[in-house]
Formats: sequence, C-alpha cells, structure tokens
Amino acid sequence: MSIIISILAIGGFLCLYRIYQGPSIADRAVGVDIMGILFVGITALSALFYDLPYLMDLSITLVLFSFIGTLALAKYLEKRSLDD
Amino acid sequence: MISPIGWIIIWIGVAFDILGAIGLVRFPDVYNRLQASTKCVTLGTFGIMVGIFLLKGFTPMGIKALICGAFLLLTSPVAAHALMKGSLHFGTKLWKGTIVDKYGEDKLGGEQIEKEEK
Repeated sequence: MSIIISILAIGGFLCLYRIYQGPSIADRAVGVDIMGILFVGITALSALFYDLPYLMDLSITLVLFSFIGTLALAKYLEKRSLDD
Repeated sequence: MISPIGWIIIWIGVAFDILGAIGLVRFPDVYNRLQASTKCVTLGTFGIMVGIFLLKGFTPMGIKALICGAFLLLTSPVAAHALMKGSLHFGTKLWKGTIVDKYGEDKLGGEQIEKEEK
C-alpha cells in the first residue's frame, strides 16, 4: 500500500526539481500544476487506505483550487489583469 | 471479481502518473513538457479515481471519487490549454528542433482578428 504513495511522492519530487531548475516562468507554472494533480491522487489513495471518506472531499477541493491557481498563473503569463 | 480489476486500474494510473512526472523532467521544451505531463497525469489520476470507485462501489467514497474524476476531466485540459496560450503570449521560445510552427506564422493575423472583435 505505501509503495503506491511512495511512487507518487517521487513524482512530486521530480516536479519540485522542475520548479527549482526550470529555465522560464512557464516551466515553473507547469510544475506547480502537475504537482497539484499528483497531490490529488495522493489524497484520494490516503482516503482509500485509511478508510476515511472525508479525505475525498479534500481531494475534490484540491482539484478545483489547482484549476483556479493555474488559471491565475496563465493570466499572469498573458500579461492581463485578473479581472479582465 | 471487481477487486483485482480495481487494483489493476489503480496501478495503471500510478504508472501513468510517474511517467508523466518523468516526462516533465526529461523533455526539452516547455510545450513538450506540458503536452506529455498533462495528458499522462490527468489520465493517471482519473484511473486512480475509477479504481477507487470500482473498489468501493456505491458508497459515499465511491461516488465522491467519481465526482472528483469528472471535475478532473473537466478542469485539467482547460488549465493546460490556458497555460500553453499564456506561455506563447509571454514569448517563451520554442525548442530549436521544432519543425512546424503554425501559430507563430499566423500570430499577426490572429491579433488583428482579436482587435476587430473587441
């Protein structure tokens, strides 16, 4: 069981490497996006392993927050204001 | 009968996740990275959600897993598309081995069309 979460955590560390190393801002934005989706998977698998259904609510919330954060980063990259 | 299928789908999802993360590190360009990692990670996490639904059935956790997968399929490609368009407008350079660049050729015409629409 913990092997699966360890594999996903290794993926998160690879995303951290890309966020640290990335040559441009867009690379870092991509790394943040992918790391958010990996955390959604880790949260859902924790809900399955420890049999705690409320962690799945946290998973749904993480999906939506990751979406909003990525859209804000994309608007910043496009040099538009947030209420445009 | 359902339980081994659910575990197999969860393992396939985890494999897609780690392949997407490796693609995020190994590809040469921001567009290649975005293409590889977003597709792989979206399909992988959706596979994890479908596996949890197959393991748990119509319990609250299974239904929440299905809802989470639906949100994932709706939001993640839209976010990737917005990020790619934003990085194009930001001026991130393409990889030097890029062969086809239709958007760069059409960029002036596209901007004029956008201004006319406003």
